[in-house]
Amino acid sequence: MKKLLAQPASGQRVSVWLLAAALVLYPLVFSDAFYRDVGVTFLLAAISASAWNIVGGYAGQVSVGHSMFFGLGAYTPLLFYTLWGWPPLAGIPVGILLSVGLAVVIGLPTFRLSGHYFSMATIAVAELIRIFVGTWALVGGAIGLQGPAMARGWWDLTFRGDLPYYYIFLAVLALVLAVTFALERRRFGYYLRAIKSSERAARSLGVPVRRVKLQALALSAAFTSAAGSLYGVKTGFIDPDSGFGILVSVQMVIFAALGGAGTLFGPLLGALILVPLQTASNTWFGGGGSGLTFVLYGGIIVLIARFEPGGLFDLWRRLAPHLRRRAHAA
Amino acid sequence: MVLIQVIVGGLLLGAVYALFSSGLTLIWGMMNFINFAHGEFVMLGMYVALLVVVWLGGGPAAFGLAAAIALFALGVAVYALLIRHVVRGPMLAQILSSFGLALLLRYTAFWIFSANFVSLPQTSLAGTVAVGGIYLPVAQVVAGLVAVTLTIALHLLLTRSTLGSRLLAVAEDRTAAMLMGIRPDRMQALTWGLSAGAAGIAGALLATAYPWSPSVGETFGLLAFVTVALGGFGSVLGSLYAGLIIGLIEAISAYWLGAIYKDIVVYGLFVALLWLRPQGLMGKA
Repeated sequence: MKKLLAQPASGQRVSVWLLAAALVLYPLVFSDAFYRDVGVTFLLAAISASAWNIVGGYAGQVSVGHSMFFGLGAYTPLLFYTLWGWPPLAGIPVGILLSVGLAVVIGLPTFRLSGHYFSMATIAVAELIRIFVGTWALVGGAIGLQGPAMARGWWDLTFRGDLPYYYIFLAVLALVLAVTFALERRRFGYYLRAIKSSERAARSLGVPVRRVKLQALALSAAFTSAAGSLYGVKTGFIDPDSGFGILVSVQMVIFAALGGAGTLFGPLLGALILVPLQTASNTWFGGGGSGLTFVLYGGIIVLIARFEPGGLFDLWRRLAPHLRRRAHAA
Repeated sequence: MVLIQVIVGGLLLGAVYALFSSGLTLIWGMMNFINFAHGEFVMLGMYVALLVVVWLGGGPAAFGLAAAIALFALGVAVYALLIRHVVRGPMLAQILSSFGLALLLRYTAFWIFSANFVSLPQTSLAGTVAVGGIYLPVAQVVAGLVAVTLTIALHLLLTRSTLGSRLLAVAEDRTAAMLMGIRPDRMQALTWGLSAGAAGIAGALLATAYPWSPSVGETFGLLAFVTVALGGFGSVLGSLYAGLIIGLIEAISAYWLGAIYKDIVVYGLFVALLWLRPQGLMGKA
């Protein structure tokens, strides 16, 4: 019996190691600049979607304005560099602190109310910040900010070529997933799932609902902010739309929801499918393709909501026994 | 004198905000559901008006009615095909359904109509009226008055008619309503039709006075959130007052601070409301 139970787990462990090996080797096998760029984009998408997943997936508090944390993370290092010449590396923790502070400011009032308030508040606050930043000259206004053009040292995080970024991003992704994995198995993870399935029931069983939701949001905001910082230093440029725009939030939601919100590898799977698709549609249709990409995104989100709210992982979990049985029969 | 003109203009625009926000608050009150695509319904109403004028040469009455009917039909279709299946499902599915719909409608509109701003060709509502020394565009006055009338009519429909009682009965207790011989699905489809129809007419009214592009849906959607948050979720009368207040605040802050800052003031008000009085002026917690 024990052996039987351990078997799928060891199978999973093997696939996780295979995945890790594939991700480590990818840029060495595909050394072309284009493929490395796709790889870096994929990792960034996977990091931010996994960060969103902590509060949106596990706790079931659907934020549609996570770009506010992403933008804060992207702006802070570049702002401190522009104002005082700080190395971007020093600005990243400040961005994380600001994001956690913002998370508390939003979470405190809205988590007293039903989940819809939280969703509405996130989209409105993200929009408020985007417009505000666009009118504020100190932070670059509508034009935005630039990072260091030439590195003064490794702490400027300004590298030629994508390879250093790739491995930094991969390390951060591993960290996010490791933290999520650890939470999943602790009491905190059970609290989150209890809140997701029924807040009232969780409260009646003594789960400190508001505090747990707030902690999940703060953790999610911290990682999202880090993702934004990585984007900022990698691109070396940030403006209100690429930092705080609604599409930044949309991507996090759709990557996580397609793969499976509230599963460890769901956001990764979503990014693995959609990032190449997005790159392909931009290459095929040129600049005009980006509009079409978002038509497609909208369509995918609607279809997920209507037919598979659990995402692809959930679909697989239901289909896998049937397929296995058919394979045995054949 | 300029200030009075600004105030009256703000109230007239606020009345149109009230009309489309009453559609959003209706869905929230009846179904406990937030429609992220509501602003896109307003935007589509504007394009329906444009198409009716350009293709059919219709006047204001024709394109207003066309926008109402087209959006009513869209609202019913959206309910039947999408919302009905997710509304009792998990929270994630509820929010994703209307959020995805918003993206789909917005970017399809970008694709079809391009991102350029358009405006209605000259209609019979051109020109200005002078009342007591202030000058207002006819289109704006008509839009404001029609919007107030329709919002009050919607309020009366909900509170004074048998149909309104049926809608409320379904919202109160689905099963009990069914036992009384009311068909919940039909009532909720009607709710979606009314909601989208109100957004459609509001769009047609706005189209007479302002140029627009597909991205206005996002702006109006957020404005509707702010209005509903101020007026209280589920209260049509509340959203009438709130719409007027927000129109006024917008006009005055645009006049004193500049047009870019009016959005900051309005969204700032929303954030302040969330902290101080999340149930709104007239709402229940």
